[in-house]
Amino acid sequence: MPKEQANWSPYDNNGGSCVAVAGADYCVIAADTRMSTGYNILTRDYSKICKLADKCVMASSGFQADVKALQKHLAARHLIYQHQHNKQMSCPAMAQLLSNTLYYKRFFPYYSFNVLGGLDNEGKGCVFTYDAVGSYEKVGYSCQGSGSTLIMPFLDNQLKSPSPLLLPAQDAVTPLAEAEAIDLIKTVFASASERDIYTGDKLEIVVINADGIRREYMDLRKD
Amino acid sequence: MSKSVIETPPKGGFSFDLCKRNEMLSKKGVNPPSFRKTGTTIVGLIFQDGVILGADTRATEGPIVCDKNCEKIHYMAPNIYCCGAGTAADTEAVTDMVSSQLQLHRYHTGRESRVVTALTLLKRHLFNYQGYVSAALVLGGVDVTGPHLHTIYPHGSTDTLPFATMGSGSLAAMAVFESKYREGLTRNEGIELVTEAICSGIFNDLGSGSNVDICVITKGGKEYLRNHLQPNPRTYTSSKGYSFPKKTEVLLTKIIPLKEKVEIIEGGDAMEE
Repeated sequence: MPKEQANWSPYDNNGGSCVAVAGADYCVIAADTRMSTGYNILTRDYSKICKLADKCVMASSGFQADVKALQKHLAARHLIYQHQHNKQMSCPAMAQLLSNTLYYKRFFPYYSFNVLGGLDNEGKGCVFTYDAVGSYEKVGYSCQGSGSTLIMPFLDNQLKSPSPLLLPAQDAVTPLAEAEAIDLIKTVFASASERDIYTGDKLEIVVINADGIRREYMDLRKD
Repeated sequence: MSKSVIETPPKGGFSFDLCKRNEMLSKKGVNPPSFRKTGTTIVGLIFQDGVILGADTRATEGPIVCDKNCEKIHYMAPNIYCCGAGTAADTEAVTDMVSSQLQLHRYHTGRESRVVTALTLLKRHLFNYQGYVSAALVLGGVDVTGPHLHTIYPHGSTDTLPFATMGSGSLAAMAVFESKYREGLTRNEGIELVTEAICSGIFNDLGSGSNVDICVITKGGKEYLRNHLQPNPRTYTSSKGYSFPKKTEVLLTKIIPLKEKVEIIEGGDAMEE
């Protein structure tokens, strides 16, 4: 008798796209605010960006219920860290924690596609990109989500990441100024909204630099 | 005794010859190519002087928009137009085919085409293909018997209605119609209502988007309002623009001669046979 297939899935995809770009002394993390299921829009105003630590912000697309559970878990672990070490977690430390948390559920994964952005201990921008089960890499820029296939080639063209195989290891952070990076991100999301049905409504941009964290919004296509 | 195989021409209808092969292939993991669906909102309504048809302009291939401004209101006859939802190739092909058949019929009879003629030709074709021609249509027009509006489903069933919606955005559009439709609308009221219904589909259904197309058909003639409303302009264009390298970047140039260069000195001995 052939194996029976389940006709109920515990997962759903709420769509959306996330992007993060690292600069010399800043980091920009952006995500659209549309939450959808199938062909319907659930809400036009849902934030996919979560502040995990003082200088560390995560944007996640995928199944938002799993994303919310993941964010809660990380927030709890961060609180414990603060009690034990009397300081905030650095971005590279949070990156490792996120990877371990995701792999812990290797056989019933969090359906969550994450990008982590922030400043490292020296104040330089860093971006970490993940898959659903915790494989991660420090990069100069990354994108995840339904629009990632549309956005990534353009970022590759404009930000030109050096090959990770080169020696001496070259830094992937972009030499662009903060304003230019934000302009690039706005263009990229406007373009993705034109061609991806799951990306649109509003764009939320979070910028982390030495002065702190600031938030910006931009309107996107609503169709 | 030798058996002779007589080649009979296909009788029409769907040829099921490859179905077993397709099933075997999909079990092995080879999936058939996906179709480009219009994932649409199309509507029609009857007003005082005739029929108004409306459609959005987005064509999708799965989650990607492949055409931001396609035409979903197809010409059938000077007094009949048809909106199409479903597989784009199917709607195009079936409306073109019936449009040609109607023209030939007009030449034959010497009369203006009737909406029921187009309806019967379409439903017969679609039923013949048992739903495999994935075309869901809203057919509307005005002929000597008056204004008509019909919906046609991929399996070949039809409905005759005062107002109709089809496509993935049909529920969003129908919600508007059911709230605001009444008999005896004027031309401008009708256009406004159709625009509102299509906009409802455009903004609330992810399979529909971009612009609103309208077609007004009356006894006197027709008015095709392409891109009547464009509520979705591009939200951001960078002021400084972007530059792209005109060719693949040259990273390294290294020339290795394959053979040693040989000097040829003229004036040697001539070759002897």
